[in-house]
Amino acid sequence: MSVIHTELLTKKFGSFVAVDHISFSVEEGEIFGFLGANGAGKTTAMRMLCGLSKPSFGSGIVAGFDLRHDSEKIKRSIGYMSQKFALYDDLTVRENIRLYAGIYGVPEKEIAPRIDTLLSGLGFSSERDTLVKSLPLGWKQKLAFSVAIFHNPKIVFLDEPTGGVDPVTRRQFWELIYQAASRGITVFVTTHYMDEAEYCNRVSIMVDGKIKALDTPRALRESFGCDSMDGVFHRLARGAKRTAD
Amino acid sequence: MSGATVSVWNVSRSYEKARALSDVSLEVSGGELFGIIGPDGAGKTTLFRILATLLVPDAGSAMLDGLDTVNDYRAVRDRIGYMPGKFSLYQDLTVEENLSFFATVFGTTIEENYHLIADIYRQIEPFKKRRAGALSGGMKQKLALSCALIHKPRVLLLDEPTTGVDPVSRREFWDMLAKLKAEGITILVATPYMDEAERCDRIALMQNGSFLTIDTPAGIRASFDLPLYAVRSDSMFSLLADVRSFPGVESCYAFGDSHHAAFENGCVDPATLAAHLAGKGHTNVEIKKIDAGIEDCFMRFSTRGVSEERKGENR
Repeated sequence: MSVIHTELLTKKFGSFVAVDHISFSVEEGEIFGFLGANGAGKTTAMRMLCGLSKPSFGSGIVAGFDLRHDSEKIKRSIGYMSQKFALYDDLTVRENIRLYAGIYGVPEKEIAPRIDTLLSGLGFSSERDTLVKSLPLGWKQKLAFSVAIFHNPKIVFLDEPTGGVDPVTRRQFWELIYQAASRGITVFVTTHYMDEAEYCNRVSIMVDGKIKALDTPRALRESFGCDSMDGVFHRLARGAKRTAD
Repeated sequence: MSGATVSVWNVSRSYEKARALSDVSLEVSGGELFGIIGPDGAGKTTLFRILATLLVPDAGSAMLDGLDTVNDYRAVRDRIGYMPGKFSLYQDLTVEENLSFFATVFGTTIEENYHLIADIYRQIEPFKKRRAGALSGGMKQKLALSCALIHKPRVLLLDEPTTGVDPVSRREFWDMLAKLKAEGITILVATPYMDEAERCDRIALMQNGSFLTIDTPAGIRASFDLPLYAVRSDSMFSLLADVRSFPGVESCYAFGDSHHAAFENGCVDPATLAAHLAGKGHTNVEIKKIDAGIEDCFMRFSTRGVSEERKGENR
């Protein structure tokens, strides 16, 4: 079953076509890598899929809701995490989780036991009353991901979740992603680390607003005759006309 | 023009309670392209700010071109080009105004050193009347590098110039650095990307305020002390746990399309592991001996450090 389906989804800013008629589907429980160079249109496309920006043309269904008419319902059915902002530094670990649980309407009596489960799963129980700003970055990112899926969303959108994170934590983070996917949560992720593209079930590569390739990493490597996703990415993105961001 | 040397001796620096740098030392030769590689929070920016004379160390000292970064800070500033991690040019000035401002401050002109920046600046010159704040990320990066170069510095300090930049643009940026190196400028670059290590003459791997090791990329790769194998099967996620649970496996980490498993010296026969994995239901198992990359080494060094720390805590 598709949890994301778009047809000719397009976003224009004046005469500039940021996202240019993209059509694709993402299946339930899939880990979907959304790649592209800076400026290719990834962020704009992701904002439309999250219900934050109206398409100029085309249509899409996300988590069963129309992105033109039901954007509020979409927002309630998804989780979102980015590298730039994830948690409130001046709240403790527990306060952050409580805040998000409240915003997303998690039933009051479920919150406390679920916080315990979450923190013990991460090995963070001793840090429950620590201010988030004093946690190491890697911990923050793992916690932010767990918070983003605390309300059991159908889909979680991750915008460069592992930027700047140390290599060991980066891998632990991906193990959390796999766990979430095995629970049936669809994971939609952008990254600049091409090894991470290999961990996705399928990957799309955007160039100049269009999806230029979409397949499993193995099929992409084979069809482009490259031995790594890095090679595939360079082959496609080098031809880009737009310059960064 | 010759690049200046950079020396750091036993430098420490804390912010309130947090220790950002613990007793780090470093010698960089003139004309060297030196990478400081580590995740966010490793202490890279603190070290660069000390070298740029913007921060005073709590202990130890640093010298550029034989000049002390604290006592001779004015002379040091003439010799360095510093590109901070955060875009720090004047957003309300145009591209051209920013560049001419930096040239004037250092008593020179754009024309005098244009050859140094020509390759980079030409790419943004069509937008020279645009305000810097309205540039794209890639163009800001090129302008910042041009401004850092316009007074013909003998040392370039680049703090995470490629963070958040896509792989194609990152490669182009390193091509530019290779050209600047050919001009003889000493270049120190901080980066969280392990794959950029190979573009450097030497690198320091950094974590938690300390250097894990300093060497050439080849030297670091050769120092990996355990037999390393790439392992694959049709079920990569369960493979991770199944390899880790096999006796004699020291570590196993995902590396794109394969996992890298390090074996305790001489303890494991790959054929036995293959049979074990087949017994767990894995199909199309492939096990291949490989050489370690920089990222393998970083994880080996950093987890060794952590396990020693843990031992300390559990005393």
